[in-house]
Amino acid sequence: MTRIDQTDDGAVVIIGSGAGGGTLAHELTRRGVKVVLLEAGQRQSLASFSQNPGEAFGQLTWLDPRTQSGSWDPVKTSPTLPVWICKTVGGTTVHWTGATPRIRPWELRARSTYGDVPGASLIDWPIAYDELKNYYQLAERRLLVTRRNGNPGLPASNNFKVMYAAAKKVGYKRVHTGYMAINTRPADGRGFCIQQGFCVQGCKTGAKWSALYTEIPRAEATGNLDLRTQCMVTRIEHGADGKVTGVLYRDGAGQEQRQKARIVCVAGNAIETPRLLLLSESAKFPHGLANSSGHLGRNYCHHINGFIWATFDKPVHFWRGVVLGGIMEDETVNEPKRGFLGGYHLELIALDLPTFPAVGMPYGWGRDFASFIDDYRNMAGMFINGEDLSQPTNRITLDDKVKDANGLPVAHVHVDEHANDKAMRQHARMQGTKMYEAIGAKRVVLSPTTPATHNMCTARMSAHPSDGVANAHGQTHDIPNLFISDGSAFSSPGSANPTLTIVALALRQAEYIARQMTARAI
Amino acid sequence: MTIPVARREFLHVTGVLTGLLAAGSPLALLAPSRAWAVDLTSLTSAEAATLLVATRTIAPHDKLEDAAYAFVVRALDAAAAKDEALHSQLKEGVASLGAGFAGGSESVRVEALRRIESTPFFQNLRVQTLLVLYSTPLAYAYFGYEGEAFSKGGYLQRGFNDLRWLPDVPAADSGPVLA
Repeated sequence: MTRIDQTDDGAVVIIGSGAGGGTLAHELTRRGVKVVLLEAGQRQSLASFSQNPGEAFGQLTWLDPRTQSGSWDPVKTSPTLPVWICKTVGGTTVHWTGATPRIRPWELRARSTYGDVPGASLIDWPIAYDELKNYYQLAERRLLVTRRNGNPGLPASNNFKVMYAAAKKVGYKRVHTGYMAINTRPADGRGFCIQQGFCVQGCKTGAKWSALYTEIPRAEATGNLDLRTQCMVTRIEHGADGKVTGVLYRDGAGQEQRQKARIVCVAGNAIETPRLLLLSESAKFPHGLANSSGHLGRNYCHHINGFIWATFDKPVHFWRGVVLGGIMEDETVNEPKRGFLGGYHLELIALDLPTFPAVGMPYGWGRDFASFIDDYRNMAGMFINGEDLSQPTNRITLDDKVKDANGLPVAHVHVDEHANDKAMRQHARMQGTKMYEAIGAKRVVLSPTTPATHNMCTARMSAHPSDGVANAHGQTHDIPNLFISDGSAFSSPGSANPTLTIVALALRQAEYIARQMTARAI
Repeated sequence: MTIPVARREFLHVTGVLTGLLAAGSPLALLAPSRAWAVDLTSLTSAEAATLLVATRTIAPHDKLEDAAYAFVVRALDAAAAKDEALHSQLKEGVASLGAGFAGGSESVRVEALRRIESTPFFQNLRVQTLLVLYSTPLAYAYFGYEGEAFSKGGYLQRGFNDLRWLPDVPAADSGPVLA
C-alpha cells in the first residue's frame, strides 16, 4: 500500500472514488502523478456484495441524512431519501445499471437549441460535440460498451421481448438491448453477464463495469495511489493567494486529519460536491469556494423519471436478466410540436420482489395496490429517462437545522418542476401506456418520480465565468487548482444516463491536469 | 462515585401471536407442526392480533397465509422492544383503530386506516409491511419470485429469455447468448 505523506503538498487530492474520481485517479496515477483518493464509504468486493436486496441497499447506499423541499414527488414519497446514490469505494458505479448512451450533439447546445425558456437557466456546454466525441469513444472502449466498437448487444430478455413488441406495434424504430457497460463474454479482467437481475446489488460476476474493480485496483498497481476509505472530507482549505492548499477530513475513527495538496478535485456526486464547497466558505470566499458566479449548488438537474408497469395474462418473469437491458430512442429528439422541449428515452426496468412494492409503487396500499402485485409474474416494466431543464431555484443548500455525525449542516435539496418537465413526463407516460396497451396489457400502472439516481449540473461548466462554476476542463473559474470531476460539472443534463459522460469528462480532465502540471501552470 | 450496575437483557415475553400454516404452505415442509407461534417481547397478544389484521388490510393478498403477515408483526414487535418511542407509537396507533377494527369488514377496516393515513403510525406500518412482507420466503413462493440466482449460475440458462407468447427479437436489436 502506497502511503503519501499528509504534509506532501505535491499530491493531487481527489474526493470521491466513483465514475469521475475513480477514473481520474487511474488516469493521473498511470501518468506518474501521486494521488490521495479520499472515499467516505467502505470497500466492498464481488465476494462481499450481498444477494439480499435489503441488506445490499444498506451496504451500498449513502444513508447520511439529507433534507428536501419543493413540488417534486420524493418530498412526499421518499422524504428522507431525495436521491439514491452510493457511499462505497467505486461510488455509484457499484449500484448503477450499466446504461451508457451518449448525450446528443443538440443536447450539448441546450441554450441554442431550446432558446430563452422562461424560468430556466440554460447554457450551452463549453465543449463541442466533435471534441467530446473522441472521449466518448475512449470511454466506450474502456467500459467495453455493447453495440460500440464491434461489441455485440446483450441478448434480449423476457422483459425486453415485451418492450420490443410493444414499441414496434406503435411504430417505434430505434429499439434495442441498449448501449451497456456489461460484458457478454469475459474481457478486460471482468466476468460475463449471467443474467442474474441483481445489477443494483453489486454485480457479483463483475460483468458490469465499476471503478471498484477496474480503475481503482489499476491505479493502486501503479504505486502512485493512496486510497483512504471511510474518510469524509469536511473542508477544503486555501491560502492567502486564494489557491487551495489541502483538505480537512475525518478518518474512520472520527479523528480530524489534514492532507496537503497541489490540486484538489471534487467528485462527491452533485449533492455532496456543492455541499463541500459551500461548507468551505471563508472570509475570502464568503459564499463558498468557487462561487463568485452564485451558481454553486444551483441548476440542479435529476432527469425526468418514473416507472411504467404493465401486467399481462401470461408470464414474463421480468426479474430474470439484466435490469436495464433495453432502450427506445425514437423520442430522443427535439420536436416542440409534442408540447415540450428536449427528449427522453424509455429504458427497460425490473425490480426484485422485496423492492418492487415500496419503490416501484410508492404511496400504495389496499386492495387495488395488492391486486396489481398479485400479477408480479406477468409484469413488464420501463423507466422514463428524460432531460429536465436547469432552473436557478432548483438547488443544493446547507440545512442549518439538521447536522451530520460531524456536526456539519446536511445538504438540502429543493426541486420544483418546470412546466416543460411535467409536459415531457406526461408524454412519456402516455406513449408507454399506449405501447403496452397495443399488445394487450391487462393494466398499466405509473409511478410518481422516484428518488434521483442521476444528479447533475450543480457546479456547472460554462464558457463565461458569470454563468457557472468551472471552465471546459472542470477547472473552477475562481481557483485554478480546484477542479470539479463529477456530474456536477455538466452544463445541462441531456437525456442520457450520466455515467459514460462523467467518465469521458474525467479522461479529458486528466489529460489537461497532467499537461498543466508538467507545464508548471498549476 | 457511582458504581455501574451490570445489566442483563431478559427475553421478557409480553404476549404471543399464533396461527396455523396453510395445508400447502412452503413452510409446512420444514415445520414440525402446522401450528405456529411468535413470542412477543413488547406488544400484547391483542395488539399483535390487531396489527396483523392491519397489515393484511394494507396488503390484502387473500391466498397469502397469516404466517407471512406475522413476519411483519414480529419485526415491529422486535423493533419496539428496543425503541420506547416506537413502542408508544404502536400502542397508541392500535388503540386509535378502536376495538371493532380487528373484527370489522374490509370496508370498515379500510375506512379506519384511511382516517389515520397521514399519521406517523400508519406511514411506518405501511412501509414496514411492504419491506418485510415481500421479503419473506412465503411471499417469494406466493408471487413466484425466484430471488437471487448467482448461486445457481444466473438465469442465463434458466429462463431469462424463455417467453414464447411474443415473437423473438431480431438479431440486430438483440445479441448472442454465450453458449
